[in-house]
Amino acid sequence: MPRHRFLVGVAVLSLLAAACQPSASESPAESASAGPLGGSISILATWTDAEQETFLAMIQPWVDANEVEVEYEGTRDLNAILTTRVEGNNPPDVAGLPGPGQMAEFARNGDLVDLSDFLDLDAMAAEYNEGWIADGMVDDQFVGIFIKVSIKGLIWYNPTQFQAGGYEIPSDWAGFDGLVEQINEDGQTPWGIGLESGAASGWPATDWIEDFVLRQSGPEVYDAWWQGEQSWSSPEIRAAFEAFGRWAADADYVAGGPNNVLNLAFGNGGDCLFTDPAECYLHHQASFMSGFFEDNFPDIAVAGETYDFFAMPADEFAGLTTGGDLFGMFNDTPQARSLMQYLVTADAQQIWVERGGAISPNSAVPSSAYPDDTSRRIAEILNSAEVVRFDASDKMPDQMNQAFWSAVLDYVQNPGNLDQILADLDAVQAEAYGD
Amino acid sequence: MDLGIGLIAVVVVIGVPAITVLYALGTEWVLGLLPERRRPGLRPWLWLLPGVVFLGVFLVYPTITTLVLSLQDKRSEAWVGLDNYLDLFGQALFWQTIGNTVLWIIFFTGLAVFFGLLVAVLADRVRYETGIKALIFIPMAISFVAASVIWGFMYEFDPRIGTVNAGIALLGVEEQSWVTEWPRNTIMLIIVGIWMWVGFAMVILSAGLKGINSELLEAARMDGANEFQVFFRIILPLLSPTLAVVGTTIVIIALKTFDIVYVMTGGNYGTDVIGTLFYQERFVNRDAGAAAAVAVILLLTIIPVMLINIRRFQAQEAAR
Repeated sequence: MPRHRFLVGVAVLSLLAAACQPSASESPAESASAGPLGGSISILATWTDAEQETFLAMIQPWVDANEVEVEYEGTRDLNAILTTRVEGNNPPDVAGLPGPGQMAEFARNGDLVDLSDFLDLDAMAAEYNEGWIADGMVDDQFVGIFIKVSIKGLIWYNPTQFQAGGYEIPSDWAGFDGLVEQINEDGQTPWGIGLESGAASGWPATDWIEDFVLRQSGPEVYDAWWQGEQSWSSPEIRAAFEAFGRWAADADYVAGGPNNVLNLAFGNGGDCLFTDPAECYLHHQASFMSGFFEDNFPDIAVAGETYDFFAMPADEFAGLTTGGDLFGMFNDTPQARSLMQYLVTADAQQIWVERGGAISPNSAVPSSAYPDDTSRRIAEILNSAEVVRFDASDKMPDQMNQAFWSAVLDYVQNPGNLDQILADLDAVQAEAYGD
Repeated sequence: MDLGIGLIAVVVVIGVPAITVLYALGTEWVLGLLPERRRPGLRPWLWLLPGVVFLGVFLVYPTITTLVLSLQDKRSEAWVGLDNYLDLFGQALFWQTIGNTVLWIIFFTGLAVFFGLLVAVLADRVRYETGIKALIFIPMAISFVAASVIWGFMYEFDPRIGTVNAGIALLGVEEQSWVTEWPRNTIMLIIVGIWMWVGFAMVILSAGLKGINSELLEAARMDGANEFQVFFRIILPLLSPTLAVVGTTIVIIALKTFDIVYVMTGGNYGTDVIGTLFYQERFVNRDAGAAAAVAVILLLTIIPVMLINIRRFQAQEAAR
């Protein structure tokens, strides 16, 4: 039957054509040419909006020099997206790591590339305090570099409003407590707090509690706590929660009351400092907050005049909590290697520093690069502090970290439930540190 | 890169029909080798073979694997028997999740069907029926996530942004936090779901409504029945097969809810449902065993609903 034969012929021919299709365009990265790298790189990080623009500006010189096509994806849901992609065998080439805790999980699973293969650790040691290199290591593997760092536990305030209200910077804990009481007695609201942050809502409250733990109970308790050896319902941790709840769950002490605290985005938590009349006088947040002030109130926020900071004073113990944005490499490509090498240099770090809201762990970045005295002071505090501890919740396993976030949201809403909340956290602790 | 896509397109456009034709011819050739009387009996099975293979690979195999995983530990290395299930049943969070899921089933299904029926019946009597139906159906065209973002803004606490809070401010009521208090927040989330799916219920019920013989209704009216009696005594009973199909379909959708909860609250404030619990176990806690157990529980709850759905569908087909 000729028609059948014709159809069979067409079918077979097209199948042959499909089978003989040339393989997908070969990756230009494999062509070992001496010129610009070319090719592409995929980056996943948590920065969106203004921070995203700053990061892209930070890598622009590298992009221009190497003519690499950058695929950047920013998401506030970094924990979930990164985990999903890594497990789905489709990791980004380089990515922001949510914290040392998750970095350790990835490293132990063999997902992260050991950077010491191509990063000169000796050269880095000349520019970086050993603490920052140590924080990027997991079991002798160097897997994380810091893009920028921050000090946590700074109390932001509006000097203009302080003067108007006749308030003074406290030098010790009693003075600090007294200041809060004084503002309250004057009929004003002391604190502005915002906890909303998408899937990561609650994280600013964890910073609060970590600061209390470090200052009330000291670095040893702090370390035992993030390592999973200090029980959540122990008196030390409970005291920290209660100290936070005293202010955050009380409408007299926080602008808008607990409801507002839960619904307000963290980037707007300090907005009440700039209203006239002031809706709040104090805002507890990390050093990168200055960037948000400048963005939200470009005409009003002036470093040193309408916003400034003092470090949260020591209580029983002195100490400083820090945070930082870690970056790691999942795929060993020439572009990724080159980018990582670029990111640790002082030149790269300087770009974000100049745009404000970032401190560089690289000591080769000149202090003149900092846009204002406020940032310079922060950098100095960081370099001169004796007891420095990285953000505890970031060092915990992801499951514990997220449970901590949910717990503080629950606590602000139902302060009377503290016993149950802490007991639930203990249960998660037993599970999360199991591996 | 463009060249690659173009080639793929050509291969698909030519290759897919080509393979289909080849397969059909191939089965005929195989049948030709067999005795004449066997052919009619065997032919349907051969034609069904590719479909059955696909089902096996993409449906049956994952289901069995999930069942197996649910009996293993976190990293799927050792057997733990029913421990995952027992652990789940011992967690307060699990029972709250079940509670929320039940709330979703009852309110989501009930209200979606109720409003769908209401609109279908009322629109039936009006000239601008098509316009109304189109308007109600539009939300179905957007994704769950888009709907969640829209409603996220509606529920925003700040009355300068949140429509709902701005609205009640006009009535002099203080601004409310809609997404942080249980069980109010679950109801708020359910409203988002209803807004999306009312169109579906309405369209199917409307079609069922029009399938009712109008002579029956006229006869009833001539016999002196008022509208309510016509509705409850005649329309509703005749509509019950359609109602059952719509109801069971929406129950299944309620059980599958994930996007709305995840986008609007991330599962916080007691709004967890089975979908978000599964996600939490699998991707945050990295506990493959517990996640599989949750998935199996979801499967078990859906099976009876699906059976009802299929039976009803078959009954409808048979009644034609």
